[in-house]
Amino acid sequence: MTVTQTTTKSDVDAPAPVAREHLRRLLATGERPAPPSAFASARAFAWRSMLKIKHVPEQAFDILLFPIMMLLMFTYLFGGAIAGGTGDYLQFLLPGIMVMSIVMTTMYTGMSVNIDINKGVSDRFRTLPIWRAAPMVGYLLADVFRYAAAGAVMFGTGLVMGYRPEGGAVGVLLGVGLLLVFCFSFSWLWTWLGLITRSEKTVMSISMSIMFPLTFLSNIMVDPSTMPGWLQPVVENTPISQLVDGVRGLFDGDVSTASVATTLIWSAGFIAVFGFLTIRAYNRK
Amino acid sequence: MSQRDLAIRAEGLVKHFKDVKAVDGVDLEVPAGTVYGVLGPNGAGKTTTVRMLATLLRPDAGSATVFGRDLIADAASVRSQVSLTGQYASLDEDLTGFENLVLLSRLYGYGKPAARDRAADLLEAFGLTAAGGKQVKAYSGGMRRRLDIAASIIVTPKLLFLDEPTTGLDPRSRNQVWDVVRTIVGEGTTVLLTTQYLEEADQLASRIAVIDTGRVIAEGTPGQLKSSVGAGSIRVRLHHADQREHARQVLAEALAGEVALDDDPVALTARLAPGQDTAVQGSHALGELARAGILVDDFSLGQPSLDEVFLSLTSKVDA
Repeated sequence: MTVTQTTTKSDVDAPAPVAREHLRRLLATGERPAPPSAFASARAFAWRSMLKIKHVPEQAFDILLFPIMMLLMFTYLFGGAIAGGTGDYLQFLLPGIMVMSIVMTTMYTGMSVNIDINKGVSDRFRTLPIWRAAPMVGYLLADVFRYAAAGAVMFGTGLVMGYRPEGGAVGVLLGVGLLLVFCFSFSWLWTWLGLITRSEKTVMSISMSIMFPLTFLSNIMVDPSTMPGWLQPVVENTPISQLVDGVRGLFDGDVSTASVATTLIWSAGFIAVFGFLTIRAYNRK
Repeated sequence: MSQRDLAIRAEGLVKHFKDVKAVDGVDLEVPAGTVYGVLGPNGAGKTTTVRMLATLLRPDAGSATVFGRDLIADAASVRSQVSLTGQYASLDEDLTGFENLVLLSRLYGYGKPAARDRAADLLEAFGLTAAGGKQVKAYSGGMRRRLDIAASIIVTPKLLFLDEPTTGLDPRSRNQVWDVVRTIVGEGTTVLLTTQYLEEADQLASRIAVIDTGRVIAEGTPGQLKSSVGAGSIRVRLHHADQREHARQVLAEALAGEVALDDDPVALTARLAPGQDTAVQGSHALGELARAGILVDDFSLGQPSLDEVFLSLTSKVDA
């Protein structure tokens, strides 16, 4: 008779036993560092988001490829029909399509917040003695970094395609800065949605049904003066149209102070309203 | 017991979700420095109770203090005293074990180098050094639990909530978690542990609250709960099945108690009289069987198990 020795997989993977003495020493140190500042805790959460990009690089592809696709498709498919030529249309389209694709990717933040809640990790964060908004601000800080990367990629692609900004480097940097400020503020809508909805799929479908009308009913693709008269005032006054006006103006070196100011007011409003709702939902969850 | 010696004092905690009364008036007094078990079936309201006490849910009614601090008015100060290891691992699955611990150490206020040291130390104490560089999603259930508990003691908490810490673990991992719990409580941390396993409560807890349909239906030491059900019992297996009826009569006479015939055709179980020595009664019963010429293959004497306590308590509520 032969005896075969089998080693099960779990035995191979089994971790070393718990070192009781070591554990006792760690417990006994009784160290209690001073709680981190609001900024330090937000920065720790931003670091977490960056680590996620490292471990799950697919999501970064999403955010970088989507804008390039949008830029190529809209320029070469619609340019001829809308502006009579792709070159002129690119000049008009690039700032707007940059706003559109980056603002659209802000909704991922809501999904991430929702996933944290459903996976239970936010339970741990919520029992920590830290600034209550830190997890969300951390997400948004890392996201702003991603948006900046997406903006740079789009701008680079645009340059290759023949886009030339009249506003120069300063105009472009200011324009992108304005876009990032708006995205950071606007995202509080998504963090709130992420906290109050049941699943990430719900977050996705609600976000889509907000984003599509908001971005298409705008001056991104076409000049609103080509729209029916009753629609024009609506389209011209959405926060997205104001933002596009501001960014386009800064890129073109022909900025209207009013649209920049309106965008900043909208941004402050989003933070005030949805920041408040987010923190309230977070505390009550 | 004075306020000072209580880790938790909760009065009339209530939490409703829509029409469901998840917790319906829970009172608890948890002495500091002990393991306190909250025992109940699925859906009894254990997790909801713990989530309220850990400041994750706001109670609809009732009040509670944790080390004398009010749960609602002073939530921030309660948070600085407690840690929670939830029923579902409260970790970021995309990050490695090491990164999770560094992140949380930083959130507890450790500087960057100190956070890395603390994380490495904890991984080593929990036998996870080799797995530290792997994403948590690749961890086994037992490893996740350990990492989760490690995360809860980055800063030694005064009160640790463990929500069903061994559900779904194999026996070896379960024993290791028990070992960790004993070590933690040995260093002075109060542990409130929920479980649906009576054995676990019996092994670890010095007091137990039995909870069902959102209420505490019994509370006491494991010994008190057991003796509330009655004395133990003796179970015998006979050599010949046809002697069972005779054996039943002999036992009924010897012990003056109820005798039940088991499903096993050669076995029967007799209740012992409460308040008398279990071993004395058992040997008396066996002597009487021998004198009557009944051959006994095997016997066992038992204290009532917490299972019996649990079943008798929960069935009372149903009735």
